[in-house]
Order: sequence, then structure tokens, then C-alpha cells
Amino acid sequence: MDNVKDCSMVTEHIESGKRKVTLSLTVNGRQIVRDVDPNMTLLHFLRDNLKLFGTKEACGEGECGACTIIMNGQAVTSCIILAVEAEGAEITTVEGLAEDGKLSILQEEFISQDALQCGFCTPGFLMSTRALLDNNPNPTDAEIVEVLGGNLCRCTGYIPIMLAVRRAAERERKELGR
Amino acid sequence: MDEKKYQSKYKRVGQAYDRKDAREKVTGQAVFTYDMELPGMLHARCLLSPYARARIVSIDTSKAKALPGVRAVLCGEDSDILVGLYMQDKRVLAKGETRYHGDVVAAIAADDEETAERAISLLDVVYEPLQPVHDVDEALRAEILVHDDINELKHYVGVFFPQKDSNIASWNKSKKGDLDMAFEEADLVVENEFSLPAVAHAPMETHVAIVQADPYSNKVRIWSSAQSPFAIRQIMADSFGISESDVEVHIPYVGGGFGGKAGIHLEPLATLLSRAAGGLPVKVRATREQEFNQLPTRAGMRGRIKTGVTKEGKLTGVRAVYDWDSGAYADYGVNVGKTAVYSGIGPYKVDNASIDSKTIYTNKVFSTAYRGFGHLETHWSIERQMDILSQHLQIDPYEFRMMNLLKPGDQTMSGEVITESNGSPSDCLTAVVKEIGWTGRKTEEERQREWKTGKVRGKGFAMLQKAPAMPANTSTSVIMQMNGDGHVKLMIGAVDFGQGAITALAQIAAQELDIPIEHIEISAEIDTRANPYDWNTVASKLIFMGGNAVIKASREMLRKMKEIAAQALRTDPENLLHANGEVYHRHSPERRLTYKQIALGYMYPNGTGIGGPLISSGSSIADGLTNLHPETGQGYPAAVWTFGAHAIEIEVDVETGYVDVLKVASAFDIGQVINEKLVYGQICGGVVQGLGSALLEGYKFNSDEQLMNPSFTDNKIPTMKDIPGKIVPIYIENPQHNGPYGARGVGEHPMISVPSAVGNAVYDALGINFHVLPLSPEAIALGIASGKKSILCTDVDCLPGRH
Ligand code: FES
Ligand code: FES
Repeated sequence: MDNVKDCSMVTEHIESGKRKVTLSLTVNGRQIVRDVDPNMTLLHFLRDNLKLFGTKEACGEGECGACTIIMNGQAVTSCIILAVEAEGAEITTVEGLAEDGKLSILQEEFISQDALQCGFCTPGFLMSTRALLDNNPNPTDAEIVEVLGGNLCRCTGYIPIMLAVRRAAERERKELGR
Repeated sequence: MDEKKYQSKYKRVGQAYDRKDAREKVTGQAVFTYDMELPGMLHARCLLSPYARARIVSIDTSKAKALPGVRAVLCGEDSDILVGLYMQDKRVLAKGETRYHGDVVAAIAADDEETAERAISLLDVVYEPLQPVHDVDEALRAEILVHDDINELKHYVGVFFPQKDSNIASWNKSKKGDLDMAFEEADLVVENEFSLPAVAHAPMETHVAIVQADPYSNKVRIWSSAQSPFAIRQIMADSFGISESDVEVHIPYVGGGFGGKAGIHLEPLATLLSRAAGGLPVKVRATREQEFNQLPTRAGMRGRIKTGVTKEGKLTGVRAVYDWDSGAYADYGVNVGKTAVYSGIGPYKVDNASIDSKTIYTNKVFSTAYRGFGHLETHWSIERQMDILSQHLQIDPYEFRMMNLLKPGDQTMSGEVITESNGSPSDCLTAVVKEIGWTGRKTEEERQREWKTGKVRGKGFAMLQKAPAMPANTSTSVIMQMNGDGHVKLMIGAVDFGQGAITALAQIAAQELDIPIEHIEISAEIDTRANPYDWNTVASKLIFMGGNAVIKASREMLRKMKEIAAQALRTDPENLLHANGEVYHRHSPERRLTYKQIALGYMYPNGTGIGGPLISSGSSIADGLTNLHPETGQGYPAAVWTFGAHAIEIEVDVETGYVDVLKVASAFDIGQVINEKLVYGQICGGVVQGLGSALLEGYKFNSDEQLMNPSFTDNKIPTMKDIPGKIVPIYIENPQHNGPYGARGVGEHPMISVPSAVGNAVYDALGINFHVLPLSPEAIALGIASGKKSILCTDVDCLPGRH
């Protein structure tokens, strides 16, 4: 059937039929234990199983950063990681950024610098930035570009995002003593 | 990245409020169609044509149908439905013949992904590959017709002109004056060709639709990532032969559009599948690859420009021929082509001119609207041509443009007389040229000196203009209702897919009613059952038309409030003023009522009520527009022109060909800033998107017109690494007398002419004229290595008409 071109790469999870694996991990501070298909990506696990729809897919092949989450302190693209690889991991998604109903400084700065338009890329940018600032509270512009250069945004032209990241870093240092 | 320093003369209009939808978007709560699941929802897969053009000899669906879990299998034989906005030429499923590599040959809905996927592989299709139409020149020879039924295609009659037995979906024309005489009188006549490839919109959320077709009635419920809920409703009703009220369109948050989600896309396919599956909801979602190779693009274009000019630098005549490679369909593409006939000479006074613009079918991925459509493309031709003319004339390109720019009293290409109320192209040019520190072109000596360092700097600028490209009777409407607490619910029919419309319109309402913007309730989510009509969210028309509608609704609401308040306060409405959420007597201000006291009707102390819930509405229709004359193109196409200019400084690495953009100054005569933060966002976003078209992006096809770069890996769009050193926005505020607070639209404009300004800067740096986009490092390096002064073609495969 080399005539047949399947128009759909896999964008939603397809059951592999393999025996499920028990996975335990922490997501946004919550202890989770679930049986998962060993072929399921972490992105699909977060969205389909945990119903955390904030994390987006915009390419499914590790090229756009929309699916970025923080796993054990590092930003990763969850579309190219298997859920089972997150065994025992600490995961933060965009839903875990605000605490006690209060937006984080980073979220506030994304709003006040208008670092988002359609908002589809925003969760990915927030998570990439969160990981950056956790590891480096005072990044240079070049360091910001180096890290966020892996996230695509078609709306903002990136400059407002850059401004928001700078301000958030500055405010976190001042207000949270980072 | 300067501090923003805009000062507004108004309390709410002009203030840099945060966007209303921001909170939901930074917390992950904003729901996009992509996120949605409905009870019983099926998943769809489709089979795309493996050939640019092929005869479908047979399709055996029996094995796929027999697979448990498969709910519907459809192919062209099952439906003859044609859809389209301006031209009904898009088949939902290919029948008889496929027209491009993305044509849907069969579609399957099943309980889950796995089943749909397996069912696709069980389809047995026999094709007979046919010779495709590769490019516009082949298409114009009409030996093969992409649509052999072109003579019967339904279209917007009198506006678009499909040519009999041809591949021309529409041939639009304009002409005025005496061109032969103009070229004779000219001291110099220069003719050039410019072209640019197809480019993807690349919204981060790909196209996605969920449809539930009620099996017991004609009712169709649609959830879609779309820009145009009411256009979808109207096209669905028209194509499916049902009533508009049978079609319900819901638009959740939309993850970017840029024109690519205007008109109609996956909704009809999902509808057919849902119907075939007994009315279960069906979700159809494009993968990233499909977003590139199945959903539409910006058309590739070739422009041929012949210009006559006196030795002093006065334009005497322009002849322009634009050929658009619209690919397999042109349902929206024809309107892109049409813009060229009234805007395709740029913002210049030219008394003798003629333009032919042909929107042409080939067997490639098809085209549609893309931010600033028709304009980025024609301005690439016109603004490069202006630069080249000034080189020949040895006149400064700034002086040369200033000599020819439109000013009050001059006529546009379509014969519309420009007034002060149109704003000023020359104010924009002067502002950016000053900002960039233009002192004239580099001399050859300076160039040589810099060349030795390996890096050469250059400056360039370009003009731009655009008016909304839309039907002459385009309209929009809003409904306003006061809640019991004196806050106001504002409902619109247009979609905010990131441009900030709901925030800007809320500001206008808040300004009119004099209440805090937080007291305006407005949602980006649209439901055609409740929200009032809007034609299409396109064309940068929303602030202008929607803003005027909001003003009307606000004033009607104030009038009604004052009538009730006048009764309660025992006076005449004439005596009442309003401020800060209160209505008060102009002479004795202690006689006052809060909005809250009259919102649902005023209640006297004894419990008697008067008035009733306050509700108002406002409509706005394009004012005084006409269809253009089919031969001369004369008429009134422009509800509101917005003029602008970019000036760009670059540095070219002469080894690698890499162009580093150091600074971009962008000025737009927007009449009035409504929200500086949002305008700035449109400028940054548009300029960077324009730089993508200028430096990086472009479709590449193989010899069977299959897209060779359908991924972000191979079809790069700008990242944070590609942003300019600095973007300086300049807001010119010559008011538009019929605009809301004098404002004009600016959503699309920042993208237009970015490539032209870069091309002009590249000439300044290298002394080489590039005629083809993108100006990629390879193109520049090869151009330098060729030793030529004009580079007419850099990548044979990606150009329309160059096989
Ligand atoms: S969706 Fe994971 S990188 Fe694009
Ligand atoms: S805000 Fe739309 S893609 Fe980034």
C-alpha cells in the first residue's frame, strides 16, 4: 500500500495494547498513582489521564516547546517523553504556578508586559522560563534567548516575552530574595 | 525595548490596560477547541492524495467499514458538497480527480484513534497519476485544467471574474489615464520582476473542529478554532441547503489565526462524518504536518512592474501584472488577488496606470488570506521597484518617495480622492527615516571599506498601505446590556484570537459610559445563537467598525438611562449628564442616581418600578463602498486606509550571507491609539512575522508539487534568536473623522513591507538588488558569489512560474 499516505501522524494517544505499567509521581505537589500504557507520552498522560489541559501540543515532535513542563527541576518537552520515564518524578505544569489562588510574579509579569496574545504558546513559555529562573535567578539576555529560543510563538514577536522575563527575574530577586 | 511613553488625552481610550483574557491564559484555564471533548465524541482520520493530480480509479472501503469501532467511512462518491467564501470551488472530499497532495480522498470516524488509524490503512485506493499543473505559466497555457468545471463554479458575481475554460479563478483589472503616453513622456522606463514563495501562517493551535449533526433535524453544532463564526454559518447553510438558524457555531479560545482560520475549513468534513455516524460528535484536527501541507497558505506570487519616471523623479506611469499561484483552490484566494488592483501601486500618486491581477489554479497546496494579504506581496514588488528607480535616477530614495506619495487631493488607483481624514503617508516615512538616522545611500567606497571587515551595514525603508479587503456591504454589530450591579455586558460577533479586540472594545465602552474597564463584561468566546452578527474577523476592521458599533450602543444606553433617570429625578433628560457610573442633574448635581439604581429599572421608595432592564445595540456597515468597475477597477473599495512605513538597519555577514537585523522603526498613522500595549504587541508580532517572510520562510516543492518542508524543523519560523536588536514603534495620530475616537485598524499592517525594507537595506549594504524572497543566508551568499548586481532567482523550485 505505498499509495496510501496516512494524513495523520499520531496526535492523540493510541493504545499500544501492551500491558499497563503502574506509575507513581508527583504532579503540582499532588501524589499520583496510575496504570498507564507504556507507549503513552507524558503529554498525553497529563492531558488525557490527569485532565491537565493547560499543557499544549503544537507539533508533537519536540520542535515548538508548547508542551514544556518541569520535571525534576528541568524544562522538558513532554510530547517526546514517555509517561513511564516520569516514574518517581516531581512535575510542575502551568496549573501549578499560582499558589493559594495568587498568581506568581512570573504570571503577573506575563500579563503586565502583554507577553501573550492567543495564549496557546504561553504555558510552554511560562514553564521554560520558570525552569530558567529556578536555575539562574539573574540571567543575561543571551541566556534568556538561549533557553527560550526553543519555544515558538507566532503572535508576540517575542519582545514582550523578553521584557516579562527580565522583569520577573528582577522582581523575584527583590521580592523573594532569590 | 524602550520604556513605553504614550500619553493619552482620554481617561480610558489610549490607556495601556492588561488584556482581559490574560489571566485565563497564564493559568492554563483558557479552553481551546483542541482541548475539548464531548460525550460520545468520535475521532477522525483522513487519507490524503499521494499525488498532486491523479484520477481516483476505485476506492474499496469494505475492509475499513468491517472493522469494529468504525462509525463512518466517506469518500468523494458520498458527497458532492462544494464550499467556499467568495468562490464555491472546494470539494470537501475529492471526487474523480485529486487536485493537490493534501486533497482528502477518504475520511473515517471511529470510536478511538487506533481504530480510525487502522481503518485508514485498510482502504484500498487505485489511482492513475496525471500530469499536474506545476506553476502559473503552465496554468496560463490552459492545456490542463485544474477545475474542468470552472465555467460552472458559483462565485461572487461582479467582483470576481473566473475565465472560461482556463485556470484563472479570477482576473481583476484596473486602469486609468494613458499609459502609452506616460511611458513616452518618461525620461526613464524600468521594468522588473519580483517574486515570493508560498508561506505558512503557522498558528500554534492547528485547525480543529468538532461537529455534532443532529440526526433528527437539520441542526448542526460546530465548535471550531476559527476566525469567522458567522461566515461559517452562512457558508454551511448555503452549501448544505439548510437554514442559517440550523447552524450553531461556537468559538472557544483560538490559538492564532493570521487569516488562515478565516472562511471555512474542516467544519464541513466533520459535519459529513457526524451525519454519517448517526449524529455523534466528530473531532477533526490537523497535525502540524497537515497544517503545512493540507490547510491553506499564503499564495506564491510573481509581480512584473514597468514604471515610467521623469529625470526629476516624478512617476508618469505604472504597469503592473500580478500572477498568484493559488494552488488547487481559490475560494478566499481570489480576494487576495483582487486587492492588487486597487492597492498594487502603493501609496503613490500615479495618473496613468494599469494593473492586471490573476488568481491562478495549479496543483499545489491552496492559498488563503494571510495577515495583510495581497499587500506584503505587492509591496515587495512596488517598494523594491521604487528603490531600484531611485538608484537609476541617482535620487535619494526618501526624496524620491516624498515627491510621489499621496497627499490630500490626490487620487488612489481606484479614483478615490484622499483627504486629511485619511492620515498621512509622508508623516510616517519622515518619522521612520529620522528614527533610523538616514543620511543617504552608502557610497561604493564606503561599502568596499566595510566589506574588508567581513560585515557590511545597510539601511532601507519602505512604505505600506492597506484598507480592509472585504465586500462593500460588510457589517458588524454589538449588544450591550446592563447587569443589576451597574456593570455592562458587551457582546460582539467577532473573534478575539489574540489581537486584543475584546480589551480594546471594552475600553471604548468604558470610555463612553465612564465606568471602569473592569465593569465591562466581554468574552472572547462566541456562540452564534447569542452573539450578534459580524461578517468575518479579518482585515483589521474590528476596531474601526466594531468600535463605531460600540459607541452607538453606548450612546443608546446612555440615552435610555437618562430617560428613566429623568422620570425618577423629575426633570428633562436634556438636563442630565453622566460621569463615574452616575447620572446627575447639570444644575443641581445632588440630584443623582447611580447606574446600579436604574440598571434593571428604577424602583421608587414604595416599590413601584419604571424602565426595565437596560439593553441597547449598535450596528456598523462599511460606509459608501462600491464594487469596482470590472474593466477599469474604479470605485470605492476602502472603508479605511491605514498608511505606514518601516525603516530597517541591518548588518550582513559577507561570508555566510546572514542578515542581522539591528533596528526596525515602524510608523503607522493609526489616528488614535486605543491601547498602547496592544498596539505595541501587534507591531512586534507583525514585524517579526514579516522578518520570517523576509529572511527565512518559504515552501519548497518536489517535481510532483509535494511539499518538501512540512515541519518546524525544515520550515523554520522566527524564534527569539531572530528578533531585531530593537523595534521602535511610532504612532502617528492624524484622526480618521469617521473612526472611533479617530482610530484606524493596524492589526495586519506591521507585517506589510518588512521584506521590502529589508531588501532595500540589503541593496544599501551590498549594492545587489534581490528580486526574490526569502533573503536567506544561502540566497545572499550565493548572490554575492555570483558577482551579479541583480539576483532574479535564488531557488528555482519554490517560485511560481519558474519550472
Ligand atoms: S508539542 Fe512538544 S515540542 Fe511541540
Ligand atoms: S501568543 Fe499566540 S503563539 Fe504565542
